[in-house]
Amino acid sequence: MTGPLFDLAVVLIRIGVVFSFCMGLVMVFVWAERKGAAYIQDRRGPNRASILGWTAWGMFHPLADAIKFLFKEDFVPDNAHRAYYVIAPMFVIAPVILSVAVIPFGPDVSIFGRRVMLQIADLNMGFLYVLAVSGMTVYGIVLGGWASGSKYPLLGGLRSAAQMLSYEVSMGLSLVGIFMVFESVRLSHIVLEQGELLFGVIPKWGVFVQPIGFILFLTAQYAEANRTPFDLPEGDSELVGGYHTEYGSFKFSMFMMGEYLHMVVSSVIVATLFFGGWQFPYLHDTGFLFPGGFSVSLPEIVVLLMRCGSIFVKSLFFTWMYVWVRWTIPRFRYDQVMRLGWKVLLPLSLANVFVTGLVLLLLER
Amino acid sequence: MTVGIKKAARPRKMSFPEGVYLVEIAKALWLTMSHLLRNIVRQEGIRTIEYPEVRREMPPRFRGLHRLMKREDGTPRCTACFCCPTACPAKCITIVAGESPDPRVEKFPVRFDIDMLRCVFCGLCVEACPLDAIRMDTGWFTPPDDSREKLVFTIEMLLEKRG
Repeated sequence: MTGPLFDLAVVLIRIGVVFSFCMGLVMVFVWAERKGAAYIQDRRGPNRASILGWTAWGMFHPLADAIKFLFKEDFVPDNAHRAYYVIAPMFVIAPVILSVAVIPFGPDVSIFGRRVMLQIADLNMGFLYVLAVSGMTVYGIVLGGWASGSKYPLLGGLRSAAQMLSYEVSMGLSLVGIFMVFESVRLSHIVLEQGELLFGVIPKWGVFVQPIGFILFLTAQYAEANRTPFDLPEGDSELVGGYHTEYGSFKFSMFMMGEYLHMVVSSVIVATLFFGGWQFPYLHDTGFLFPGGFSVSLPEIVVLLMRCGSIFVKSLFFTWMYVWVRWTIPRFRYDQVMRLGWKVLLPLSLANVFVTGLVLLLLER
Repeated sequence: MTVGIKKAARPRKMSFPEGVYLVEIAKALWLTMSHLLRNIVRQEGIRTIEYPEVRREMPPRFRGLHRLMKREDGTPRCTACFCCPTACPAKCITIVAGESPDPRVEKFPVRFDIDMLRCVFCGLCVEACPLDAIRMDTGWFTPPDDSREKLVFTIEMLLEKRG
């Protein structure tokens, strides 16, 4: 059970598990959004689609949607630029899937005496890769807007391009603090560092060492994912549908899937950078070790499962947070979005970098 | 004449914690979460009526679909006096009268059709009827159907309906 075949199997299994995890979470996310929105607004939500009389609390509605989209006519408008029109949805979905590759889903484990990382690729440029790759989603949206050959999608595409680009600046800068504290951009290293304790009591999670950075990053992520309160690329009243007005059938569903996938991936990233990734508070390789000196020893497999479950639960929470915020905060006006991005988030993230640097310098003395 | 100046109400200036938004957002999040949790725990608190299975209780004076009343022996009370088609503003009632076999009654309706697509549910037919033969107390409104013919209610259908 060694040699190249084993390595290949490990790689394929890792890709398969992570990919299906994200896709599955997208399905659950769509369901949670519809049902959660309904309950927040005192409605009942989807409860009609059923398989053999079992509705599963409306869980089959996303499935029914997918089937519906698959069997619709694949349609290209006359004025559209055929090639770009077809490429655009792929450009939305592909970068998002690519960016999952560097996220560690658990600690190294040994299988048949070999160390296996629970991470598809442990790149030493780590998060820079995520920034570079996820920055490409903007192309998909602009391309979709432009290639449709219609005015409304073009306006929607322009809007979202302006919004995503301006928030990308503060998103990157808000993370500089994290990289300064943990002295690395390698995600596996950042997660390992977060297992330590701060002042011997609280876990050294990103959110505790960089609270401002966390809020800035979260806000920028919402803007990046085009979600309420920053969902300006879609405006039914002024833009008809936004950049995907001219899209139908499965291409439209790819846009939607890309959008939800983006949110799933960004929640995993938030969990990794600011909430300790797979780290469980006070859980060490051998078991719990609480600050008071009290300890509980656990078998290795339980520790591993708790750690993998920990990042799963954290990601679930942040995906739910997207839904929760969407049905809580009304959207901003366009000039408010731009003002918040350039006049509030950008100076704050710069100040955050400065203060972090100052504190680190003083601590070193 | 002087032009009156009206002082428009301006929004109150926000205090600092409100201006920062974060506290207000946290409060709002708590509000939506409380609604969500309440609706998960108590489903019956949701006001939505699940229509085809559950129907809304109509108020007693609701003017719904018409029905024709029967005498104790089962014949229609209607004597085809033409009061209701005369009162009808939508001209949706068609009556064809026939001679009644009962010597005490002069006429009876051979046909009594109400075109539900034309009816405006004004209730004037009910008020015009001298014999209380037509009522609108079924508590139900026009159901959807796929052809115009099916929505012309005949005397048999109208006699069947219950209040």
